[in-house]
Amino acid sequence: MNITIRGISKRFGDFTALHGLDLDVASGELLALLGPSGSGKTTLLRAIAGLEPIDGGRILFGDTDATRLSVQERRVGFVFQHYALFKHMTVLDNVTFGLRMRPRAQRPGSAEIRRRGLELLDLVQLGGLEGRYPTQLSGGQRQRVALARALAIEPRVLLLDEPFGALDAKVRKDLRRWLRQLHRDTGYTTIFVTHDQEEALELADRIVVMNRGRIEQIGSTDEVYDSPGTPFVFDFLGSPNVLPGEVRTDGIYLLGATAPIEAPNGFQPGPVDVYARPSDFRVVGEDAAAIDGQVMETQRTGVLVRLTVKLAANQQVVEIEIPHPDPEMKVWLSGDQIRLRPAHFSLYRDRPPQPANITEDRSADYAAPDSRVRGQ
Amino acid sequence: MTTPATPQTDTGGAIADTPFAPLVQTNAAIGEPRLVRWLLIGLTLLFLGVFLLLPLLAVFTQALASGVGAYFSAMVDPDALSSIRLTLLTAAIAVPLNTVFGVAAAWAITKFKFRGKGLLITLIDLPFSVSPVIAGLVFILIFGSRGWLGPWASEHGLKIIFAAPGIILATVFVTFPFVARELIPLMQAQGTDEEHAALTLGARGWSTFWHVTLPNIRWGLLYGVLLCNARAMGEFGAVSVVSGHVRGQTNTMPLQVEILYNDYQFAAAFAVASLLALLAFVTLGLKSFLEWRHGSELAAVRGH
Repeated sequence: MNITIRGISKRFGDFTALHGLDLDVASGELLALLGPSGSGKTTLLRAIAGLEPIDGGRILFGDTDATRLSVQERRVGFVFQHYALFKHMTVLDNVTFGLRMRPRAQRPGSAEIRRRGLELLDLVQLGGLEGRYPTQLSGGQRQRVALARALAIEPRVLLLDEPFGALDAKVRKDLRRWLRQLHRDTGYTTIFVTHDQEEALELADRIVVMNRGRIEQIGSTDEVYDSPGTPFVFDFLGSPNVLPGEVRTDGIYLLGATAPIEAPNGFQPGPVDVYARPSDFRVVGEDAAAIDGQVMETQRTGVLVRLTVKLAANQQVVEIEIPHPDPEMKVWLSGDQIRLRPAHFSLYRDRPPQPANITEDRSADYAAPDSRVRGQ
Repeated sequence: MTTPATPQTDTGGAIADTPFAPLVQTNAAIGEPRLVRWLLIGLTLLFLGVFLLLPLLAVFTQALASGVGAYFSAMVDPDALSSIRLTLLTAAIAVPLNTVFGVAAAWAITKFKFRGKGLLITLIDLPFSVSPVIAGLVFILIFGSRGWLGPWASEHGLKIIFAAPGIILATVFVTFPFVARELIPLMQAQGTDEEHAALTLGARGWSTFWHVTLPNIRWGLLYGVLLCNARAMGEFGAVSVVSGHVRGQTNTMPLQVEILYNDYQFAAAFAVASLLALLAFVTLGLKSFLEWRHGSELAAVRGH
């Protein structure tokens, strides 16, 4: 079922959790709400479920206006971060709870309820554990019981709040893969909340990046990762180096470079921030567009080597990652001179586009990064 | 035999040789000296013995001092029987009322956000902080012959003060906090996730309470009810003010004990007192039995 969200807003006292958001979720989609804590992602999820009353806006499930529907009427499958399993019920009773709570007229017979419960437990690979109590299960198993319980009501949409947040790294990875498979098999429209960019990138079809109650960017995983729409999105999806650059008439120059790294791309001339991830730097030889630096520190991290480099032009310290050298490649030692060029990068300006007659004192309104140095 | 290679003064070497020794020696928080341990246990036992066990023993010895026959005849004395009946009636009304009120109050406080919540929590504690005598006087002021509602009540033939209704009202007032106080921290710790989960699964409010909330709080609730019951049967101060001490009519067991004692009928007084003490034992025994009987379930709930 597709979900349409129009202008929903929510305030908690003086704090605005959601600033009139619009969002369209396609039927059968696996969507991630990604953001730091306090970004409003869980509030949005709970608002869709009807667990959080909203102050304004509309929520549509297909063509049905669900804004005024109660939680029960919305029929959403909600999986809580800490599972929220009924501790005093067996696994089977947990899973069949939704069926047993139906009005008598719509309730299947007890044999049928049991059959469906066992079927769901097989689906989440917990067959044979129906008689256990939640405390007798591992974290990953509990999460799967919670999922089976949510699926039992044949929900219009499946909502997962930080579904793997309380699990350890190994289990989390396995469960992610498994959930992806389950989604492919069952085809439920699924929205999940996470603050883990890796989880969002690995699991979702599309990602909604949220910040302070607003949507920063909506896009496929590739779009969001390769062309982050705002500095915030770039910052949240990896820890970028922010290099000072300048847009001139013939292209974009890095500070200290004598040739442009890219055509002007329609940017107005002036200073610009060049965002590049550590892994996006290339070590180059003679290249006029590259910048000079000195290796301060090297650190092996698995297949990669992380170099801490101090740039010659402005003494800025950047971190880059390069593949671990094979025997023919140069081994970098601290003190070595190095030339770098970002292969992929994004350009941002703190200031929004301004008319040409901008006055100088306005610039004080913008908190420019300390590292910014104007000119060449 | 050779001397150790590491000199005593070389602390670095000593630490390297016995890496855990300094940790154990300096961490007194983990390993109490034996003396302290026995002293604490001994002190606790002594205190319990002098202040709890000894008086209890005294009650039963005094009760049986004039023989078993006298003990039982004191029990079946019409006044004593009447006081037992009144006490049981009072508890039978006050405890269910306060169970319902307590659950409702705890539910409201822990599951909803509303204005004046702090005031409500304070009000719940009021009966604990106010002297029971004042609690009794309050009802005299309201329902007494010169009270606010007294004339209206007597016009309609209702006798509240110096009668069973007054006693019950005073008891309800005094025992109000027990259930709520027991449940509020428990329900706060449990949060609302399970209730919300039940709602998303289609359960209505009442089903959610019956199938999810109540099973989660049942042990706390039972404990609160038992404490409430113990106090309802044992309350003296507030009940004493509103009872009027009419023998065979408005005396509860604690009041009966006092009257008998003041009449120098020590054996009879202690006989009734022993019955009260027995009720307390039954209460505690019941609690232990239920905990033992449902131990695994209890552990499952608490272990989560």
